[in-house]
Amino acid sequence: MTALNRAGWRPEMNAGGADDNVTFTGNRALMLEEPLVFEIGSNETTGVDFDEEAPAADLGALARSAPIGLPGLSEGEAVRHYTRLSRQNYAIDLGLFPLGSCTMKHNPRLNEKVARMPGFADAHPLQPQETVQGAYAVIHELAEWLVTLTGMDSIAMSPKAGAHGELCGILCIKAALQARGEDRRVLLVPESAHGTNPATAAFAGFSVEDIPATREGRVDLAALKARLGPDVAGVMITNPNTCGLFERDLKAISDAVHAAGGYVYCDGANFNAIVGRVRPGDLGVDAMHINLHKTFSTPHGGGGPGSGPVVLSKALAPFAPLPFVTKEGGRFRLVEEESAGEDHPESFGRMTAFHGQMGMFTRALAYILSHGADGLRQVAEDAVLNANYVLRGLEDVLDAPFAASGPCMHEALFSDKGLAEGFTTLDIAKGLIDEGYHPMTVYFPLVVHGAMLVEPTETESKAVLDQFIGALRSIAMRAKNGDPALKSAPHFAPRARLDETMAARKPVLTWSEPVVAPGTPSMSEIGGS
Amino acid sequence: MRYLPLTPDDRSAMLAAVGASSIDDLFVDVPEAAQLAGPIAQLPMHASELAVERHMAALARQNRAAGDGPFFLGAGAYRHHVPASVDHLIQRGEFLTAYTPYQPEIAQGTLQMLFEFQTQVARLFGTDVANASMYDGSTACWEAIVMARRVTRRGKALLSTGLHPHYRSVARTMAKYTGDLLVDGDPGLDAATDWSALAAAVDKETSCVVVQYPDILGRIDDMRALAAACEAAGALLIAVVTEPVALGLIQAPGEMGADIVVGEGQSIGVGLQFGGPYVGLFACKAKYVRQMPGRLCGETVDANGKRGFVLTLSTREQHIRREKATSNICTNSGLCALAFSIHMTLLGEAGLRRLAAINHSRAKAAADALAKVPGVSVMNSVFFNEFTLVLPKVARPVVHELAERGVLGGVSLGRLYPGNEGLANGLVVAVTETVTVEDIAAFAAALKEVLA
Repeated sequence: MTALNRAGWRPEMNAGGADDNVTFTGNRALMLEEPLVFEIGSNETTGVDFDEEAPAADLGALARSAPIGLPGLSEGEAVRHYTRLSRQNYAIDLGLFPLGSCTMKHNPRLNEKVARMPGFADAHPLQPQETVQGAYAVIHELAEWLVTLTGMDSIAMSPKAGAHGELCGILCIKAALQARGEDRRVLLVPESAHGTNPATAAFAGFSVEDIPATREGRVDLAALKARLGPDVAGVMITNPNTCGLFERDLKAISDAVHAAGGYVYCDGANFNAIVGRVRPGDLGVDAMHINLHKTFSTPHGGGGPGSGPVVLSKALAPFAPLPFVTKEGGRFRLVEEESAGEDHPESFGRMTAFHGQMGMFTRALAYILSHGADGLRQVAEDAVLNANYVLRGLEDVLDAPFAASGPCMHEALFSDKGLAEGFTTLDIAKGLIDEGYHPMTVYFPLVVHGAMLVEPTETESKAVLDQFIGALRSIAMRAKNGDPALKSAPHFAPRARLDETMAARKPVLTWSEPVVAPGTPSMSEIGGS
Repeated sequence: MRYLPLTPDDRSAMLAAVGASSIDDLFVDVPEAAQLAGPIAQLPMHASELAVERHMAALARQNRAAGDGPFFLGAGAYRHHVPASVDHLIQRGEFLTAYTPYQPEIAQGTLQMLFEFQTQVARLFGTDVANASMYDGSTACWEAIVMARRVTRRGKALLSTGLHPHYRSVARTMAKYTGDLLVDGDPGLDAATDWSALAAAVDKETSCVVVQYPDILGRIDDMRALAAACEAAGALLIAVVTEPVALGLIQAPGEMGADIVVGEGQSIGVGLQFGGPYVGLFACKAKYVRQMPGRLCGETVDANGKRGFVLTLSTREQHIRREKATSNICTNSGLCALAFSIHMTLLGEAGLRRLAAINHSRAKAAADALAKVPGVSVMNSVFFNEFTLVLPKVARPVVHELAERGVLGGVSLGRLYPGNEGLANGLVVAVTETVTVEDIAAFAAALKEVLA
C-alpha cells in the first residue's frame, strides 16, 4: 500500500491520526508528492534505446564492474517525475518574483528559440575558425552593444557569472598594479556590498576593508578619501547600490581613487536601473561586470547558469583575459594563447576553458536587439517607476529607512522596525508565499535591520503591483498586530517551514538506502568533521 | 515594446502617485553631466520578433553545425545524443524561470532535483558527496586545488602533463595571483601517462596531485598506486573527468582512491553550445565536505514532519562568510545540472553502461580505420572514446584541409599547445555514438587524400 508513497510522509506519521485534511497518498489534488528517483527507478530500467548491443570491452583492471547505483526511468515516468517536481517551484512564469538585486524579469521565449538554433547549440568551441564565423559574430556584436551602453573602452566576454566577472575585473586591477611595479594589498568595499565582493577580493589575494556609509545609505566620500593611500589598490562599489540608491558621488570617488593611484571596480548587478540613461564609463569606472541574467534577462534556471562579461576602461583593457574575438577586414578571429604574445602581451591569462557562456550570449543579444536603444532606456525607466510606486505604496505601513531622502532606483528597501514583539522579516516573507508571491530579498543588505528589498522589475503591470501592494500591506498589518497565524506561515505551500538547523547539523547530502523500515526517511549522517 | 506592460496612462498615473512630474524626477540623484538626453544615437532602435529571429538565424547559418557532417572533436567537449524529453523538461517555466531556492517551501522541485543530482554525481564518481555544481570543469579544477590547499595547509600542486591545457591555463592564471606553486608541463606523444613520475615526486610540501582521466590525449591509467603515494605524503589526489560517459565503462576515480573528483558534465544532457554554459561537477570524500566550495542541498523535515530539502552548510559561502568564504562562487549551473540529471535518469545504469560501451567500440573501430591511412599511427595503447593520432606532418593545417572536405576531424595538438613542435603532428580524435560507420569511412578517405 505504500509502494508509491515513499515521499517521507504518510497519514500515520501525523500525530493526530486520520483527519479530514489527510489523504491516503499524501497528494492533494493538483498538489502532488513525488518520491526520489532512487525510490521509484531501477538500475535495469532505461528511457533511452540504442540501435546496437553493447560490445564487450577488454579493459582489465580498469573495467567498472561493481554496481554504480544509478536508477533509470522509462521516458514517460521521467517526464512525469520532473513535471511533478517542477510544480513544486515558484517561478516568474507564475507570478511576481520581487527578489531585490536578483532582477527576476520576464524571460522572452524568442531567446530560447534562438539559443537552440543548431549553428549555435550544436557547434564545438574548438572547431576550425572558418566554420564558426557566425558564433564569433554574435560574441562581437553583443560585445559592441555592451561597450557602447556602458561607455567603456573594451570588454572581456568569458566570465561565467557575476562573481566570476568580479574576479576578472579584480585580476585586471592586480595585473595593472604589477605592470606598474606596485604592491597594493587593500581593496575598500562598502558594508552594503554583495558578499561576493569581499569574497572575490580575498580569493584574488587582497585584504578587505570596510568603507562606512552615510546616514542616507550612500558611500561616505570624506571617510573614503581619508583612507586612500599607497597601499590601496582600489574600491569595489555597487551602483545603484544595494539600498536601491544611486551613488551620487561616484564620479568624485573615482577621481579621488585615481588621484591616489587606485582603480574603481563597479558591481554592475543593478545596471538594469540605469541602462540607456547613464553610462558607467562617464563616472570614471575602470571595470564593471554585467549580469546578463539580470539586466538582459537570460533565465535564472533555478540558480544558474549566469554570465558575467566585464567592461573595462582604457587603463585596464590591456590586461583582459584570453580568449577574445577580434574583427579584421570582415572576418572574425579568436585570439588564443598562441597569438596572444603579439596581440595582447599583457593579458592576465585564461579564466575558463572556452570562450564564455555562448548560450547566454545568443539570448542576451536577442533581448537587446528586441528592445533596441529606445526600449532599453524604457526598461530602466519602467523598472525605476515600478519600484518607486511600490515604495510609496508601502512606506506608511513598513519602515522605509531611506525613503525620506528621495526616490529609489529599481528596488525599494524596508526594515522590520515597528513589527510586533517576536515578529520578523521572515514572517512577512512567509506570509507572502501564502498570498501567491515569491518573497522579496530578506536580511540583505546587512546595513539595514531585518532588511526587505523589493525589486518588481519593468515587466510587471500596474494591476499586478496594485494587488501586491495590497497583499503586502495586509501582511504588514498582521505583523504589526501580532497575528499568530503569520508565525507559522506558509500554510498553503507544498512544505511548511523547513528545519535548516537540522540540515546543517547532520548533513544528509546524498540518498542512501533506508536502514530502518521501508518508506522511512533516511537520516544517516554522512558529513561532519 | 512587447515585453513592457505599462501603458502611457499607467505611467502618468504612477508618476502622479509617487509625486513626480516626469520620469526625470526619479533620476534626480544622477549628476546632470552623466545623464544621457535620449536613446544612444549610434545604436539601432527596437525590433520585432520576426526581425530579430531573421538576424540571429542568418548568423547561425554562418556556422557549421556539428550535425552537418562527419564530426570528431572532443578535447573537453563531447557531442552526444540528448533525448528530446531533456530539452522539453528544462524549458518548463517552473524550472527555467525560477531562482536559486532560497525559499525552500516553494522551491522543492529545484531542491529535490539538486539532491538527486548530487547523489548521481557522487555515485558516478565513486565518492561520498557532491555539490550542486560549479560553472564548468576548468573552474571546478582550480577550486579543487584551492580546497586542497585549505585541507592540507600546503601550497604546492603537481599537475599531470595529461591535464587539459585550458584547465592548466586557468590554474596558472589564478596561481599567479594567489601565490600557489604549480609544477606542470606539456605531455609527450607517449602511450604512458606521467603518473608514476608524479607518485615519485609527491612530497611533504605537496598539497595535491591533479590528474585527468581519461586525459587530454585520451589515455586511461590505474590511479591506485598514485593515490597510495599521495596518502602516504599527506597530499590529496584530485581527479579531473572531462568525459563522464567514460565512467559507465571504466573504474570511477573515487573507487581508486581519489580524494576530490571534479569534472565537466557537459557531455551528459547539455550539448556542445560552443563552449558554454556547461556544468562543473565537484565531489569528494565526506570528511572534506565543510571545505567544499559551492552550493550544497541537504535533506531535512518541515514543521509538519514531511521530508523536504534545503540549501545547507551555507556558513562556507560568500553571502554569510564574505571574505572568509571557501569561494566567491554565488551560483551553480542549475539548469545544466537539471539537464544532466534528467539525461542520467533516462539512461539509468543500464543505459549509461551501454552508451559507454558503444562509444568505446565505435572509437576502436575508428582508430583501426585511421591507422590504416598511410603514415598515420595511433599513439594510445588503451583509451575510452578519444585517442591521439600521430600524423606524418603538422596536424593543424590538416584540420583545415579536412574541414574543406566536409570533415571536422579532431583537435590538433598544435592548437592546444602552440609553440610545442614535438606535439605538432598530434591530432586528438573523439568518437561518440553520434558517429556513424559512414562518417569513419569518410574521415579515413579524406585524411588519406589530405596526407597524400
